[in-house]
Amino acid sequence: MNTTAVSLPQDPEITPALIAKHGITPDEYALIQKILGREPNFTELGIFSVMWSEHCSYKNSKPELRKFPTTGPTVLVKAGEENAGVIDVGDGWGIAFKMESHNHPSAIEPFQGAATGVGGIIRDIFTMGARPVFNLNSLRFGQITGDGANVKTNRRLFSGVVAGIAHYGNCIGIPTIGGEVYFDESYEGNPLVNVFCLGVLKHEEIARGAAKGIGNPVFYVGAETGRDGLAGAAFASRELTEESKQDRPAVQVGDPFKEKLLLEACLELLTTDAVAGIQDMGAAGLTCSTCETASRGGTGVEIDLEKVPKREVGMTPYEIMLSESQERMLIIVEKGKEHIVKEIFEKWDLPYAEVGVVKDDGMMRVKVGNVTVAEIPARQLADEAPIYSRETQAKPAPVALTKIPTTDIATALPRLLADPSIASKNWVYRQYDHMVRDGTMVLPGSDSAVFIVREANKILASTSDCNAIYCALDPREGARVAVAEAARNLACSGAVPLAVTDNLNFGNPHKPENFWQLRECVEGLAEGCNAFNTPVTGGNVSLYNENPAGAIDPTPTVGMVGIIENEAHVTTSFFKDAGDAVILLGELGDEMGGSHYLKVLFGRKEGIPPHVDFTKERALHDTLRALIGKGLVKSAHDCAEGGLAVTLVESCICGKKALGADVDFGATGLQPEVLLFNESQTRIVISTSPANADIVLAQARESGTPARRIGTVSSTQLAIKADGNEIRWKIDDLSDEWYGSISRCMSEA
Amino acid sequence: MKAAVIRFPGSNCDQDCHYALQHVFGIPTDYVWHKDSSLKGYDLVVLPGGFSYGDYLRCGAIARFSPIMKAVVDYANHGGLLIGICNGFQVLTESRLLPGALVRNRSLHFICEHRFLRVGATDNPFLNLAQPGQVLNLPIAHGEGNYTADQATLEELNANRQILVRYCDAQGVVSDAFNPNGSLNNIAGICNADRNVFGLMPHPERACEARLGSEDGNVIFQSILNHLGVRAVA
Repeated sequence: MNTTAVSLPQDPEITPALIAKHGITPDEYALIQKILGREPNFTELGIFSVMWSEHCSYKNSKPELRKFPTTGPTVLVKAGEENAGVIDVGDGWGIAFKMESHNHPSAIEPFQGAATGVGGIIRDIFTMGARPVFNLNSLRFGQITGDGANVKTNRRLFSGVVAGIAHYGNCIGIPTIGGEVYFDESYEGNPLVNVFCLGVLKHEEIARGAAKGIGNPVFYVGAETGRDGLAGAAFASRELTEESKQDRPAVQVGDPFKEKLLLEACLELLTTDAVAGIQDMGAAGLTCSTCETASRGGTGVEIDLEKVPKREVGMTPYEIMLSESQERMLIIVEKGKEHIVKEIFEKWDLPYAEVGVVKDDGMMRVKVGNVTVAEIPARQLADEAPIYSRETQAKPAPVALTKIPTTDIATALPRLLADPSIASKNWVYRQYDHMVRDGTMVLPGSDSAVFIVREANKILASTSDCNAIYCALDPREGARVAVAEAARNLACSGAVPLAVTDNLNFGNPHKPENFWQLRECVEGLAEGCNAFNTPVTGGNVSLYNENPAGAIDPTPTVGMVGIIENEAHVTTSFFKDAGDAVILLGELGDEMGGSHYLKVLFGRKEGIPPHVDFTKERALHDTLRALIGKGLVKSAHDCAEGGLAVTLVESCICGKKALGADVDFGATGLQPEVLLFNESQTRIVISTSPANADIVLAQARESGTPARRIGTVSSTQLAIKADGNEIRWKIDDLSDEWYGSISRCMSEA
Repeated sequence: MKAAVIRFPGSNCDQDCHYALQHVFGIPTDYVWHKDSSLKGYDLVVLPGGFSYGDYLRCGAIARFSPIMKAVVDYANHGGLLIGICNGFQVLTESRLLPGALVRNRSLHFICEHRFLRVGATDNPFLNLAQPGQVLNLPIAHGEGNYTADQATLEELNANRQILVRYCDAQGVVSDAFNPNGSLNNIAGICNADRNVFGLMPHPERACEARLGSEDGNVIFQSILNHLGVRAVA
């Protein structure tokens, strides 16, 4: 091993304290010494600290992630192989999609934190050669109702995150068509911002992030490097503390206009034969992109920092290598085709520079002119971070509820509807351009977003789901339910699930209970993905999500994508016409553990969460799709938070025109609160024209799915009868509670 | 007939406009790059929505100075049909091809949703197939669509029948309750005195197919074809 990397005069001395400050353990440091055959210098220490952070190396989660199913006949690019997985959707077209978190940056600086999260996930998609066509997001904050100081902070974070997502997505012109937002104490001070992007490409257009071809020039394109986002990946891999606010330099600043130019320029360049490899500079910036491309290509990459476009003077190699300035890409260009890169990037008025060359020595070598300032074997740096299997400690099993508290149901329902986690998210999605690109067939607010990708003439449905209350009570079951609910949402839109991306949000993995939650959730997700034949194509792990009160509720967010083969089968959640029959597919249910009824009305997160039986769940989805295929279903809405009562109200009021319903459950023998608000799984409320009601019932039962007619769509009232009691609500009142709740909270801000 | 969609850096509805013109209405359509300087041979020019030049400084303020705008102004001054949608409308007011200005929505939020519009004057190339008072359902998606002008300009717009669409309810009632952004007199779109330049905040190109929720944008494109004496191929 040669020892040419020099220390610079301004570099601090490598001391145990400095090593610890970089989050590197003594054992890891010894391994670094062994890999290098010498002491690292300051720049190299910084490089190792970001590449071996959880964010880049998955060192705490890798053995768990191997449990996910990742293969299948439609998988074109597998999870972990590249920046995003690619799935075949037929006729020579593929889709690349992925979800990623920007939790820590958003906690410190919500607007830029969320905006750059969107920018990062979009780059991951067009790096694959795909044109990004839509975004989703999954957001979680502390409570926003009330007027405590913490509540005001939560509202500020919520409003800043939504504005940041809107700013970036709207400007770059990619519609944000769906997602989910939850509010819960456990996210106070540590909001979750998980962003999803999907792009389309032809099979032959898949681009690779490998540094191929010895002697090929390495180009840097896009925005200049500045001091923003220094070591953001390492920042994301530790707990937030009071002092984290001083880490604001670790938050990047986004420029969606520049990314729009970069996106168009890169896609234009990728239609030529000039590109040997391409990789975005996201987490760990120049460091990650150089060593990962070299590692994937089985080559080495040498770059000269003097040639890197910079927007500040006097930046040290350490700062340049660890900067997470946004809107930058690394491109390995076929030798002799450099002029094509120059022409295209000049056309788009973007900076570009030839900064290095592909070598055959397997080294990531960083120079400043003639002086080598870092020299590290690329493969060991990129792919051989130490892997840890952390200790686990099971949390006590949830205790079954013995008695369900009673309440005045007439007022309980409006209160549930006004709970910000259940209420309409129109305050959020009105701020997102959700119609640009002319493909949004089902607008936000239905069970899943449905988008026609004109380029490919494919109709895709997409949803993100996770009930973290269930996961907190029983992480394995909660994760299983998350997958089942995602698949159910797709089925309600008429779609067949294709694949999954996930975002695993957990607390500090060094705490055995947290690591146990991670393991249980991963295994639960894996069971679900196996059950629905949806391979995991990639995703993101975000650990260290804690606030002074402890870890967040475990939140394994599931992003699922499906396909609708026939335009006529696109189905929405809301009732269409008065007089239509309302039918429940599935049982009445009785599981109250982890329900929003208990949480919203009694402040209790307790009990055994609902269990999902995958065989019954799959049968339900197949039955629904068969009915949709025969043109028998006018609306389909999945039963989730708030139970049947909330599902019925949403079916009445989600559409352009609010309708009512007369519902009669007959004799159920259930406590009314249990009947209306239980959250048992595997249930869907559909509507059908009265003439088709009996056919629907017969066909559902024939295919083994319980089905019962529970009422009729009406006009201005919701009336629910059961066991001899009847309650009536004016639809306008319910609609107002549900539709205006979040706006009312936010106007108090 | 031939149409041009101008592409500024940061335009993001350019592909949607191109799709609507070429694939829905069968009009041969070219993209014209902002660094180009000629618009010879076009019968319709579209300034699409988006965030031209990042909307830095002010929406549309930098686009006004791009090389192609000299040709656009020249084209409009010679009577060419020009339509600016959303950011394109902002570019038109910044270039003084249309009077008034577009400022931040009164809610200070970006707003994306379907809105009803009441058709005003129809004696122009853009709405000649619509009925006065007809209600159109078109999406809006903007943060700065709040139209403002001084009293004299407003009187002139009214006197010359230049106000082509106003925000209203489903029945066509124009009132502040149905004004999404605070626009003066609920104005959503206006034309110039010569009636060959039309700017509007709503997106007709997003309302050309029933499967996307509304086909009410068609009347605008069909009116243009009608005016030019061309029947849509599609």
